[in-house]
Amino acid sequence: MSAPNKSFDPVEVAVLKPEAVDAAVADALAAIAAASDLDALKEVRLAHAGDRSPLALANREIGALPPQAKAEAGKRVGQARGRVREALETRQVELELERDERVLVEEAVDVTLPYDRRPAGARHPLTTLAERIEDVFVAMGWEIAEGPEVEAEWLNFDALNLGPDHPARTMQDTFFVGSEDSGVVLRTHTSPVQIRSMLDRPLPIYVACPGRVYRTDELDATHTPVFHQVEGLVVDEGITMADLKGTLDHFATAMFGPEARTRLRPSYFPFTEPSAELDLWFPQAKGGPRWIEWGGCGMVNPRVLRACGIDPDRYSGFAFGMGIERTLMFRHDVTDMRDMVEGDVRFTTQFGTEV
Amino acid sequence: MRIPLSWLREYVDVPVDETPERIGERLVAVGLELEDIHVVGGGVTGPLVVARVLQIEELTGFKKPIRFCRVEVGAEHGHPDTPGERGIVCGARNFAEGDTVVVALPGAVLPGDFRIATRETYGKVSDGMICSERELGLGDDHDGIMVLPEGTAEIGVDAGPVIGLGDVVLDVAVTPDMGFCLSMRGVARELAHQYGVELRDPAALDDLPAPEPGTPHECAVEALDACSLFTLRTIVGFDPTAPSPYWMRRRLSMGGMRPVSLAVDVTNYVMLETGQPLHAFDLGKLQGPIVVRRARAGETLETLDHVERTLSDDDLLITDGRGPIGLAGTMGGLETEVDDATTAIALEAAHFTSSVVARMSRRHKLSSEASRRFERGVDTVLAPYASARAAALLLEHGGGRYVGMTGVEAPREPVTITMSAELPGRTAGIRIDRGTVVERLEAVGVALADPQAEPLVATAPTWRPDLTDPADLVEEVLRLGGYDAIPATLPRAQAGFGLTGPQRARRSAGRALAGAGYVEALSYPFVGQAELDALGLPADDRRRHQLLLANPLSDEQPGMRTTLLPGLLATLRRNVGRGQSDVALYEAGLVFHLREGQDPRGVTDPPRPSVDGRPSHDDLVALHALLPDQPLHVAVALAGSRTPGGWWGPSEPASWADAVEAARVVASSVGVALEVRKGAAPAPWHPGRVAELVVAGGVVGYAGELAPRVCEDAGLPKRTAAMELDLDAVIAAAGGPVSARGLSTFPVAKEDVALVVASDVAAADVQSTLAAGAGDLLESIRLFDVYTGEQVGEGRRSLAFALRFRAPDRTLTVDEVAAARDAAVAAAAEAHGAVQRA
Repeated sequence: MSAPNKSFDPVEVAVLKPEAVDAAVADALAAIAAASDLDALKEVRLAHAGDRSPLALANREIGALPPQAKAEAGKRVGQARGRVREALETRQVELELERDERVLVEEAVDVTLPYDRRPAGARHPLTTLAERIEDVFVAMGWEIAEGPEVEAEWLNFDALNLGPDHPARTMQDTFFVGSEDSGVVLRTHTSPVQIRSMLDRPLPIYVACPGRVYRTDELDATHTPVFHQVEGLVVDEGITMADLKGTLDHFATAMFGPEARTRLRPSYFPFTEPSAELDLWFPQAKGGPRWIEWGGCGMVNPRVLRACGIDPDRYSGFAFGMGIERTLMFRHDVTDMRDMVEGDVRFTTQFGTEV
Repeated sequence: MRIPLSWLREYVDVPVDETPERIGERLVAVGLELEDIHVVGGGVTGPLVVARVLQIEELTGFKKPIRFCRVEVGAEHGHPDTPGERGIVCGARNFAEGDTVVVALPGAVLPGDFRIATRETYGKVSDGMICSERELGLGDDHDGIMVLPEGTAEIGVDAGPVIGLGDVVLDVAVTPDMGFCLSMRGVARELAHQYGVELRDPAALDDLPAPEPGTPHECAVEALDACSLFTLRTIVGFDPTAPSPYWMRRRLSMGGMRPVSLAVDVTNYVMLETGQPLHAFDLGKLQGPIVVRRARAGETLETLDHVERTLSDDDLLITDGRGPIGLAGTMGGLETEVDDATTAIALEAAHFTSSVVARMSRRHKLSSEASRRFERGVDTVLAPYASARAAALLLEHGGGRYVGMTGVEAPREPVTITMSAELPGRTAGIRIDRGTVVERLEAVGVALADPQAEPLVATAPTWRPDLTDPADLVEEVLRLGGYDAIPATLPRAQAGFGLTGPQRARRSAGRALAGAGYVEALSYPFVGQAELDALGLPADDRRRHQLLLANPLSDEQPGMRTTLLPGLLATLRRNVGRGQSDVALYEAGLVFHLREGQDPRGVTDPPRPSVDGRPSHDDLVALHALLPDQPLHVAVALAGSRTPGGWWGPSEPASWADAVEAARVVASSVGVALEVRKGAAPAPWHPGRVAELVVAGGVVGYAGELAPRVCEDAGLPKRTAAMELDLDAVIAAAGGPVSARGLSTFPVAKEDVALVVASDVAAADVQSTLAAGAGDLLESIRLFDVYTGEQVGEGRRSLAFALRFRAPDRTLTVDEVAAARDAAVAAAAEAHGAVQRA
């Protein structure tokens, strides 16, 4: 940059006088500071930094100056315009920030407004509980076996060592299909699925059989003619009653927590020998931990193995069964069987889709 | 079986300080179920004495007859003014002067906090109370005063022990294999080995009574297969008025049987004691010898319960010259019953085959104390011992003379069982040494030919007909040791394959429906024709062909469901009735369809393969042929609003479209393409608002709005919508794993076309025509708008589709896209007369 020409007096051009330039800058800065929002600032920008602003007009006058004076005036006006531009930028950022904050506040809504346009559905807890039970056994390497609900009497009774005159056959109040002599019943337990498994599957067998079963009980708070059971069956070489106990203990802890355990009491089922009632130590029982009856179990009666063509001298097995309704009742404090039967959505939606 | 502990202790020395609860636990440990522990006369405290009625003064002038009695109560208990005596006002009339009674003295408290005090009533001072059984909590059979047989006890002694007050009764349930525990003898045997003490067997009579001169009544057995042992003891000169001793009546009451008369009471008493049912005939009413035989068609018998029974040729009878006089082992006949004039008795004790009695009991729906025991198996040799015991009791308390026994016995093969001494331990998974095995087997009465032999050769005791197999002996050894002695181990299962595809698919379908807002219901599968009528099913509808139950719970619902709708709609109705106006339900369950030509009442002669080995292939096929088809269906039903109104806007009613969407949800959850088309319109749907659901070319179900008439008839909300499909069929269509398409990353070209078609042209048809016409470049097509109105004209509508085109290997040119679009439109024009809207 060259030195100013001393012989020229720039003051002769009024708008380029230092006082005039300073005043324009002062005006601009005051206007910028006074701009309260982005729209106001936009007008300020037009007025003080736009093409028709005093500083822009002053800038145009520089060209008319003698060459000696141009440099000084150009410098003065350039610096002035720079200060204004800088102030505009600063104010722009400030105002944008203010605006952003204001928008967040202004756009706030009441997030507690209920948004339940599609009320939640639910699966029946008996379904989800049965699946949970299945998963416990699948995790042990077992498979899930199934069979029909209308069943051949031979599979429901005879093959299970329940001959036509067996007293236990009258203990089970059976729905007969067609006539009492038709050979077809509504299965009274899921045990025919065990028979089907032994007839159809290769040895060894590790299966759990959940399913719907039928007895001729009237519906009341503790009975239902249609209910669900899960049974387990293992047939392998060297299977012992200790294996049965270990399996039941594992199942109990899977369903009721680490403190749960089981106890066996001698009992009688034609399809198992020895047979046992299965009690569960239920730590979460209302009114304190106690033993509750959970199901029945035993070692598969060699007669049953034989009826399925399995050599009882080589293979042994165990079986157990329990009611899923009953399990649900004490696991979830359900006190009335009818709640599980009637399909009232107020009952089912308590459980969601997992138990 | 009710077990009074005082009676039980006659046969087994249970430690005196053992509580009833502990005894109960021991019984549970060996396999009986404890139902209740009952204390006889629980709640009675204070002075209770045996007393004699000295004088009865009838008080008159009151609303009801009243007696004032002078009662001898013993020297210690008398009133100071009348040593040894008290005056007591009593309203009952069933006693006489000289009778022995029980008196509660002032200060006594009877059950129900009934406090006895001296009081003035009916103008007399009543100084105690003459008690009835009910007032003492002994039973409620008798309304009158309890009169004790003379000589039961000294006057003035504490009545408590005399009437069994404070005696404890254990009520146990007996499983079918433990029939021997339907007796004091059997239960005592179990406690004997539990406490390691001797059993005093009430049936082990060393010397049977010797007959006095006379002629015993004759008997014969024509059915030795059903009656292996029959005995008849003859007693004459019996006093029909002799009462049963009080202790016997008390024990019968505690045992749950009502005392009747000496002859009947003795047979019942000996049955409770030994487990052997007995029957007393009035000898004077018998005509000729007793013969055990099977019934002949057309014969009838009136049994003791006053029921006239028509007999079948499978029934086993006790007969005399006139015909049937008893159902063997089940119930005697009315005609030959002992009564208050019976002086000669023929006492029957026999062994009947359990299956014969079980069938008879079931056929006649007649379960008696005797049949319950025979069904479970009675000691095969006990009969003459038990009847000797009964005869002795009859003679002791009723006088008379025993003049001999006649009988028939079939040759008996003792049951021998061969078992390795290691089997019990091997079964339990622990070591049980031979000595222990032998000891426990012998404790339950099993005889071993040689305890050191391997295998053991065992003979089951005559009272354990349930012991037939090695496994039965294993159970005896293990239960006597207690199941708690068995440890817990885990078997190492074969590596499994997890859930099957269909099992997982069913879970997916259920979860998807729940996720779509449906709540699962599990309805009973029982359905009646009335419910099918309400659905408007035509007479020839396949869903009317129900499998029928022989013994339905309700005659209104005698059949098995062929469709899930009746149950699901009933559940919907119930929810609406309970105040839920917006309900969306789903159910997955089996339905039952008769196979072609299958009789809804089943066959009459089903195959019954032997259970001695695996049934033949043909047998198994025949068994499966008995069963109906049982496919798994899934259904939804919904009513009210699908989306409730709220701050976001108005509600959206549940509609046919939701039902169709539910089918799509199910299909997509299991990865199956569902085709929705306008097809058949079966009941119960609205014919104009039902879609046919098609998978892999086959119809799997229907979805839509129910017909207005059905909603009205079935009591459902208006415009209830429903869907039902065969989930098995849908899942079966899923096939193998999905083969994934490669994704093109070239740009997509979008084209919208609006086509005007006649209103009755199905949108799905137009869409599939467009898709086919557009060719391979079409990536997707979606209907995004439907318009009807003046612009398209009457009877027509405009369908607007968004088409997306993309090539796998290049960016499509404008000309290529236009050509594909035009081809699609041309196809629609050709097939449906569609005109593209400008």
